[in-house]
Amino acid sequence: MTNAEKYVAAAYLFVFLTLLVYVVIIASKLARLESALIDLVERVRARG
Amino acid sequence: MLLGTAIALIAFYVPVDADQGLSQKIFYFHVPIALTAYCCFGWGAWKALRHLWTRQEGADLESYVAIHLGVIFGAMTLVTGSIWARASWGVWWAWSSHQLVLFLVLFLFYCAYFMLRFSVEPGPRRANLSAVYAIFGVVLIPVSFLAIRLADDFIHPTVFTSNGPQMSGSMFFTFCVAWAALLATASALYRIELAGKRIDARLRELRELIA
Repeated sequence: MTNAEKYVAAAYLFVFLTLLVYVVIIASKLARLESALIDLVERVRARG
Repeated sequence: MLLGTAIALIAFYVPVDADQGLSQKIFYFHVPIALTAYCCFGWGAWKALRHLWTRQEGADLESYVAIHLGVIFGAMTLVTGSIWARASWGVWWAWSSHQLVLFLVLFLFYCAYFMLRFSVEPGPRRANLSAVYAIFGVVLIPVSFLAIRLADDFIHPTVFTSNGPQMSGSMFFTFCVAWAALLATASALYRIELAGKRIDARLRELRELIA
């Protein structure tokens, strides 16, 4: 693998990983919101 | 799908640049990412203006999410640009390049947006201050974009001149597909993050009502 190939691969890998981390963070936030929503629904049900 | 098409075009379709060689292929993501960051900052400023002008509901949140995304794309621009600089010029950074320094200033300016935003209690004051700051920041975009056209910058290449794009048809086509792919990605991420933030705000309201 030449130096130029390594740099091109590094640049594209960085973009891919950044977008992946962003998506994972958003997904975990959405999962947290879902559990908060479930908790609220249970609290409302408990109150009758 | 657009991203996959763009990567396939970059890998198999577009010819290797005669001058820079393989490292020029970073251009097809680096420049579209930078332009997408500009679009995010511009959209954030537009929403900030809507907030100040028409008091449009949710415009402050939309402005915040757009700027957040712009900062992420800005960071990607700086890192991919730095890798490209190392491959082409042999250095990670060139302080003598107006384009690089002005983009860094723009990036740091919008990083400071979050410091301002989160140093003020949530409410109308925070929204107004953030909106004014976001509008001021947008002035830096044309300055950053035109920097190398206004100054004699011999390090950073100028691809888009008044005579049109300085590249072959296949290169320009690949560039356009890559930019469309990144704009679509940014748009999807913007919508998802915005939806999450809106649901979070509604849940908070609901929790207060139930308590």
